[in-house]
Amino acid sequence: MLKRLFPMPLHTGILLLVWMLLNSFSMGHLVLGLILAIAIPWVAAPLSDPHARVRKPLRAARYVLMVLGDIIVSNFEVAGRILRSNRHLRPGLIAMPLDLRDHFPLAVLASTISLTPGTVSVDFSEDMQWLYIHALHIDNEQHMIDRIKTRYEAPLREIFAC
Amino acid sequence: MLFVIEVFASFLLLMGGVFILIGALGMVKLPDFYTRLHAPTKATTLGIGCILIASMGLHALRGDGFAIHELVISLFLFITAPVSAYMVAKAALQRRTRFVDSTINTEMSKDILERRAPK
Repeated sequence: MLKRLFPMPLHTGILLLVWMLLNSFSMGHLVLGLILAIAIPWVAAPLSDPHARVRKPLRAARYVLMVLGDIIVSNFEVAGRILRSNRHLRPGLIAMPLDLRDHFPLAVLASTISLTPGTVSVDFSEDMQWLYIHALHIDNEQHMIDRIKTRYEAPLREIFAC
Repeated sequence: MLFVIEVFASFLLLMGGVFILIGALGMVKLPDFYTRLHAPTKATTLGIGCILIASMGLHALRGDGFAIHELVISLFLFITAPVSAYMVAKAALQRRTRFVDSTINTEMSKDILERRAPK
């Protein structure tokens, strides 16, 4: 019964919290936020697959901080590349073999790659064994793949324990 | 103390402006569609980050309380930017948008379109 009323209790909480943060506090907004926070999971729950969950929240927090640091560092790098002449640019496609299998950690990995400047994830292969990436500048293909694997994929496997 | 925060916020605003300007510049001067995709999703994340931090600092300074809006904005930005970059890149490949000549491994785009393992 409770499960049917709140199919995604955590999401209900987050939705209500975000709604209250975005609007100034008032009774009306609380009621409206509650209605939305309860109704949206009804629609969303049937769409979500069972997926891996975060097993190590502390490790996940460290991962977020590391990614934020990387975003700052590589932003400078991309800014530098934009300001220099196009002649020095060697853009290209890379195929990265994947060790992760679960869809949710893979989505996190793909998003991380897109957020860190210089690389955009383009697509997965059908069997989810390969991730295709477009890079703004490639010095050494293998080096780049290894870096992504050790820096992002390995910690994600640890966080989601898969 | 107030002065220090104001100087710091001004510095962040300037930095943010510079990064967003570079991002816009990249949109104009990078050689092909795929490389242009990097400019707005990237150089601007740090730019907007700087501006949001400056905004938080100034709001706290003016006694409006700790502004949580900015955090929510950056969170949404970080969640949505990769998704739109992914959709745009995929659409470009479907349309067989040309790569600039210096691109390496362009033959891989066929594998991507068929979603198979690379040859």
